[in-house]
Amino acid sequence: MKTITKLWIGLAILIVVSPIGLILPEHFKAGSAWGEWGAEEIHKLVGYIPKGFEKIGSLWNAPIQDYAFKLWGGKGPFHIGATYILSATLGIAITVSIVLFLGRFLSKK
Amino acid sequence: MHIPDGYLGPATCGFFYAVMIPVWTFASRIVKRTLSTKQVPLLAIGAAFSFVIMMFNLPIPGGTTGHAVGGVLVAILLGPWAACLAITVALVVQALLFGDGGVTAIGANCFNMAFVLPFAGYYTYRLISYGAPIVSNRRIIAAGIAGYIGLNAAALLTGIEFGIQPLIHRTANGQALYCPYGINVAVPVMAGEHLLIFGWIEAIVTALVVKYLQKQDVGLLK
Repeated sequence: MKTITKLWIGLAILIVVSPIGLILPEHFKAGSAWGEWGAEEIHKLVGYIPKGFEKIGSLWNAPIQDYAFKLWGGKGPFHIGATYILSATLGIAITVSIVLFLGRFLSKK
Repeated sequence: MHIPDGYLGPATCGFFYAVMIPVWTFASRIVKRTLSTKQVPLLAIGAAFSFVIMMFNLPIPGGTTGHAVGGVLVAILLGPWAACLAITVALVVQALLFGDGGVTAIGANCFNMAFVLPFAGYYTYRLISYGAPIVSNRRIIAAGIAGYIGLNAAALLTGIEFGIQPLIHRTANGQALYCPYGINVAVPVMAGEHLLIFGWIEAIVTALVVKYLQKQDVGLLK
């Protein structure tokens, strides 16, 4: 098997096990990454919501915020894990397409 | 390490966009000269690898989370300029589609993770592996140290960018306008957690893949 094929398989495995990146922080009650809190968390931490933060913080509404979305109205850990994997798949498919396009455009023949 | 919208003031956001636009332009030129069509799929895998590695949030129990970037590996395999473009694509998709990292902070996040990280890592690798045979253990160790240095350089800069906000943006009554924590908190936290934990993840991932490729396909390491 060609190395590149093996690397694609490795990548697919990483995508499938990616919910580890949700489950472990949840299990150890790790909370948000430092400096990536929402407005409520900031308010809890410092006692106020910075004015500029309020303005710019909600500037962009990402279509799939935090790699999570509702699928067939589902709930629970399985649903969260499955949508995390689907988000990873979608994000990576788009990333790969852009890089392949850019690469074809940029690389020498 | 993905700075969200609202943590950096307009001056900082603008500054890093202004820095990154020529970097991206220059990177495209270099890649155009050096990347062969055969290497394009590997670059796409590199971008995808970085994307998924960043989704593996690991906990510091009861405290916070963090992750590796995988970008030093891409830099070792394809050079820092190609890595810069690949990680940039991953970060832009993460910001626009998933709200992971702010849109106003794309310049800063790309400066940290798509520019400083691959370059610091790449040159550390080159320095330590200088003159070492492709299949040597020194290359594996060099890759590990490069991963550690690359991720920590990015984390330190992220901490500084957070930390200068209260210095440059305050209301009349002294409240912060953007990130509320100064250098004295932001830098020790960002640098500390990456030195202690997340840097090692980048180190291990980078070293293991280089070790694997030494056995599997040495050609990719040349």
